[in-house]
Amino acid sequence: MALRKKVAVVAAPRRTTLLIATRKGLWTLAADTARRAWKLTGPQFLGHIVHHAMADPRDGRTVLAAARTGHLGPTVFRSTDRGRSWKEATQPPAFKSGSGRTVDHTFWLTPGHATEPGVWYAGTSPQGLFRSTDGGATWVGVDGFNEHEHRKAWCGGDQDGTPDGAKLHSIAVDPRDPRHLYIGMSSGGVFESVDGGGDWKPLNRGVRADFIPRPDPEFGHDPHCMRVHPKDPDRLYQQNHCGIYRLDRPADRWMDIGATMPKSTGAIGFPLVLHPRDPETLWVFPMDGTDVWPRIAPGGRPAAYRSVNGGKTWQRQAMGMPKAQAWWTVKRQAMTVDQAQTVGVYFGTTSGEIWGSRDEGRTWKCLARHLPHIYAVEYA
Amino acid sequence: MIVRIPGLLRSYTGGAASVEVAAASTLAEALAGLDTRFPGLRFRIVDEQDAVRPHIKLFVDGELARHLAAPIAGCRELMIVGALSGG
Repeated sequence: MALRKKVAVVAAPRRTTLLIATRKGLWTLAADTARRAWKLTGPQFLGHIVHHAMADPRDGRTVLAAARTGHLGPTVFRSTDRGRSWKEATQPPAFKSGSGRTVDHTFWLTPGHATEPGVWYAGTSPQGLFRSTDGGATWVGVDGFNEHEHRKAWCGGDQDGTPDGAKLHSIAVDPRDPRHLYIGMSSGGVFESVDGGGDWKPLNRGVRADFIPRPDPEFGHDPHCMRVHPKDPDRLYQQNHCGIYRLDRPADRWMDIGATMPKSTGAIGFPLVLHPRDPETLWVFPMDGTDVWPRIAPGGRPAAYRSVNGGKTWQRQAMGMPKAQAWWTVKRQAMTVDQAQTVGVYFGTTSGEIWGSRDEGRTWKCLARHLPHIYAVEYA
Repeated sequence: MIVRIPGLLRSYTGGAASVEVAAASTLAEALAGLDTRFPGLRFRIVDEQDAVRPHIKLFVDGELARHLAAPIAGCRELMIVGALSGG
């Protein structure tokens, strides 16, 4: 594959760099050490629909990007020099020949456990789970999920997916145990494996699914984004189609922490991000899920909401954002945090703007605009 | 046979608009030969179930070929076309 442009898309380590995956290519936005001045670089893969781009925190140099175009099938591009040059995966995620299933696009990328360098996981649309052991060069289906006897029931049919296709996302690896995995599916719900993906069990008790007539169904839910806290892996959060939830393992019943959101805002949204060190602190970005589900900032007044007590209470954080007539959405992969002492919080909008806060959401600034529809923003 | 490469696939062929592959008896065989020379190209236009992707058209000597089993012995040209795809 000849996509080897000498474009430095990731700056030197230690400084905050954001990978910005869009409907028309990949950009990066790199900060100075004070996170005051930002430099936009790109595009890379211009014209490709880049669903997700993720840096490998284990080696500090590998970056993967999941891409397709309107015409061409889905693939994964990989860089081992922090984005200076790229090669295509020689065997991108694909279902087994004869299975009757085809990967429409790779939607989610997650680096594997710290003790398994080179291991990555990918989630696809329609729902499939894939694993690479060579840094993303070749991918093989995780049979324990893709061939599971209940997969079809869990994943549902064509009518059960999200508008852009059913997705497997939110792949999380327990930092204490590489064999302990979580996934989220839209639709399907959250599932857990304790044997490296060999078998899976639904993990959805307590989560509403108001589009299913049965109360408290075992699966079939729509988690939009699920996160496991890196410092307290027994603390899970999810932003769901039907609210915001928290789970403290080993319990298996999620607690509704969205009920304390202001009624006028609601508890529906796509993204949810965690403070990198404090398991009690998280951010969500609500959207309008009333009426016909406009899926834009409620009332055209965008705001992040932060909780510093595990979801007991929430604070609106909108200082610096437009006060009216801003009708954009932040998608599930398009919000992230950096690792700074005072954490930086960032999001990208469907209208192509990047917004950032270098004071944990108290004040916000537009860092870039005029980009294409943003699908994902990740800290690199 | 000559394979006409659309702009959207020329990153695989080093910019070449047409390339030569060995004569083949089926479309599948021709595409296998093409992928050997330009790894990864085939999967972008044919899915894992051997179906031509929805927005790709393959013409053999000017005739639309819908299936990889299509016999093409003696044919001189395979044209890969990015069909209408918007957005």
